[in-house]
Amino acid sequence: MADKLKPEALFNVDYSPPKKGWMDTGPIDFEATRGNWNFAATPESMEYLDLPNVRKWQPYEQDWQLPDDWQRILFEGFKTRLKRFRSLKVYMDICVRCGACADKCHFYLGSGDPKNMPVLRAELMRAVYRNDFTLFGKVFGKMGGARKMDIAALKEWFYYFYQCTECRRCSVFCPYGIDTAEITMIARELMWELGLGIDWVNTPAANCFRTGNHLGIQPHGVVDSLEFAVDEAEEITGVKIDWSINRKGAEIMFIAPSADYFASPHYYTLLGYLMLFHEIGLDYTWTTYASEGGNFGLFHSHEMMKRLNSKMYMEAERLGVKWILGGECGHMWRVVHQYMGTLQEPADFLEVPKSPITGTVFENAKSTKMVHVAEFAADLIHHNKIKLDPTRNDHWITTYHDSCNPARGMGLLEEPREVIKACCNNFHEMPENTIREQTFCCGSGAGLGTEENLEMRMRGGLPRGSAVQYVKDQHDVNVLLCMCAIDKATLPAVMDFWAPGTEVAGVHEMIGNALIMTGEKHRDADLRGEEYPIVDSQAHLAAPSGEAETQEEKANA
Amino acid sequence: MRLGFALIAVLILIAIPLLTAGMGLGLVFGVIIPYLALAMFIFGFVVKVLRWARIPVPFRITTTAGQAKSLPWIKRAPLESPYNGWETFWRMVLEVLFFRSLFRNTVSELKGGRVLYGSTQWLWLAGILFHYSFLVILLRHVKYFVTPTPGFVNVLQNVDGFFQIGLPILYLTDVFFFVGVGYLFVRRVVMPQIRYLSLANDYFPLFLLMGIGGTGVWMRYFYKVDIVSVKELAVGLFSLNPAVPEGIDPLFFTHLFLVSVLIAYFPFSKLMHMGGIFLSPTRNMPNNTRAVRHVNPWDYPVKVHTYQEYEDEFRTVMKAAGLPLDADPEGDGKSEATNG
Repeated sequence: MADKLKPEALFNVDYSPPKKGWMDTGPIDFEATRGNWNFAATPESMEYLDLPNVRKWQPYEQDWQLPDDWQRILFEGFKTRLKRFRSLKVYMDICVRCGACADKCHFYLGSGDPKNMPVLRAELMRAVYRNDFTLFGKVFGKMGGARKMDIAALKEWFYYFYQCTECRRCSVFCPYGIDTAEITMIARELMWELGLGIDWVNTPAANCFRTGNHLGIQPHGVVDSLEFAVDEAEEITGVKIDWSINRKGAEIMFIAPSADYFASPHYYTLLGYLMLFHEIGLDYTWTTYASEGGNFGLFHSHEMMKRLNSKMYMEAERLGVKWILGGECGHMWRVVHQYMGTLQEPADFLEVPKSPITGTVFENAKSTKMVHVAEFAADLIHHNKIKLDPTRNDHWITTYHDSCNPARGMGLLEEPREVIKACCNNFHEMPENTIREQTFCCGSGAGLGTEENLEMRMRGGLPRGSAVQYVKDQHDVNVLLCMCAIDKATLPAVMDFWAPGTEVAGVHEMIGNALIMTGEKHRDADLRGEEYPIVDSQAHLAAPSGEAETQEEKANA
Repeated sequence: MRLGFALIAVLILIAIPLLTAGMGLGLVFGVIIPYLALAMFIFGFVVKVLRWARIPVPFRITTTAGQAKSLPWIKRAPLESPYNGWETFWRMVLEVLFFRSLFRNTVSELKGGRVLYGSTQWLWLAGILFHYSFLVILLRHVKYFVTPTPGFVNVLQNVDGFFQIGLPILYLTDVFFFVGVGYLFVRRVVMPQIRYLSLANDYFPLFLLMGIGGTGVWMRYFYKVDIVSVKELAVGLFSLNPAVPEGIDPLFFTHLFLVSVLIAYFPFSKLMHMGGIFLSPTRNMPNNTRAVRHVNPWDYPVKVHTYQEYEDEFRTVMKAAGLPLDADPEGDGKSEATNG
């Protein structure tokens, strides 16, 4: 399929809506739309998680083998959630359909499909709400914007609520703060009650429940990966790296997204963590039981999110650590920052996080007791606790992609920039409408990062790809930095497609390159094994500022 | 069709009082319907808001639109990412009074192989013009309900008619009202995407507002109705001592009837965004969930996979990998952490 996809073809987006009204476009043709949806969850993964209505089915089959009373199940589920979530009820009632959200969605920008306008995506649910729960909908029917939940409507739910990455960009622009992520999350959990869901959400969730991580790496596999990484870090630096795993009594437990253990380019970020924590002499432990920072439960249901998230505190309590440090991940931090404190009982067995190196108390995490590694590292850098040689990153001309969740679900914007600026001489921001709170999704979040969904991913990746290409043209940017495991997994494909020649890397990879470690050998290559050019040491030091100026001049000219 | 349906509905609503109010139905259009509508508005609005307010907010899902409070030396954006109730209050003030989020609006286009973004505040401006003009017009109407006319109404009138154009003096808010409502309507019709997603429920209030504004303007500038008897009716209504004086023109009853329809329709419609914005969890909550625990009132226990179960399943491989065990039935009870 990838061969058939061409940027020129995808770029010609037709934004003109169809002639037929949006309720009358007929059922989705899943054969004709291959490349735009995801395969169904496997029975095994569903059984493992005790989910209802398990069966073998695929979206392209005519008969989805729904339970006989599926409409009742959906109605009851909807009713329950309207009583549980004020967000849902208010967002069903108050949208004025002003359309300010429309062109804020990366999937709409890339596909032109009107049902990818956040407002219309939500209307898919709102129309059913008006039909089932409001007087006006009941009286005026279709003219009142009401729609009966039938097979065609359900298939649209499945199609479009799995074309939303829950990135919340629309919610920034909505005059009432209507959050499509909230609507998508609830639509998805309603569909799970009918046994409808996608495999790329459910198998990772089942894996995580069983092995502690999405990839299903068993404990010895986690140990192997880390040992391998430690060996490599030692080889690069000549320093014997201190580390431990499942160790009781450590001061800090560290949790990273599991892709960091061996996926590329995540792996170089892992090297960065190992080197940094060793260099500052951090008393910390990795863990196999809670070996996953991410939480695909967020893309599944509130209940699944809680089931998976529980491991973090249970493991922290078992190991007797004082607080938890978390790695570079996007949706992980939505869960940790906005949900974990509520999902779990108070973490009274932990202490308010305090950096053992700088003494900084992380007041903003005093209840949840979990700190983002970028907050931790920015604090180290601010207090000059680590020695950095940014010239070791001079071969990288960097830009930074804010991941959706840390940006809009956390407000973590400056910390990574502080780290990047300390580690890299060449840093250029993308246009302001594409970064910080206005950042664009990679197009593959919320469980949509599959091969079978490649066309929609590339469409959704257009705004990000275009912004990168812009800084590439302006400043010769050659690496897109980010702090999200899904970004690292999926942005390389987006870059190859929309901004070819751009690498993707984690922020802590830049630390790993720049970090001057005690007793290190001469570093002739970066973490990726790219050899540094041999230069006279004086010129080497003078180069970066000179180069930066040239960059500035170029930009001004 | 949806537009037509809404238009016809409003035309019918205009025709009813215009044609029938003169047939001795003054009491119906002048007293019964306005009272009924007001009751529906107040009751409907309060019930709706109370119902919303009764529903729990299980999670603190603030949308952050700026730097959060974190390390002390990092400059933060208290209004975009509020940390406490006070900052959240000001965020809401900006949102409610100045439509902060809508002000951010951008327009995008694909051009020359790029996605381009531009700033666009027209929708914001039209929204502001409409809402504030409507408010001023409403306040100006106080002079009809109470005697003597309160001072602030005179001030408002003087400011509103500052340019002294025409006779009777043209109120600027009358113009702004039509510009605002007109823009909201025209963009809904002209922009294909917006037209595509618009429902009859979106056109109906716009036509209704045009009808209300139209009849009002007609009476003020072109077709004088007997203002003394109108005021007598209004004062009577507001002092709960209603009486219908003779000589009230059907045009006035039409105006009053459309207002009645609007307020009766209000609580059942999207117009409730007026109340809903105050209860939007992404805006009215501080972004401090890691610092202050938020409680979900309907939280329930879920099935989890305990460490014990995990170790039971993986004990052999864990042992082989040198991982410490909590329970080692076949081992020597010694456990050691792997250290590199």
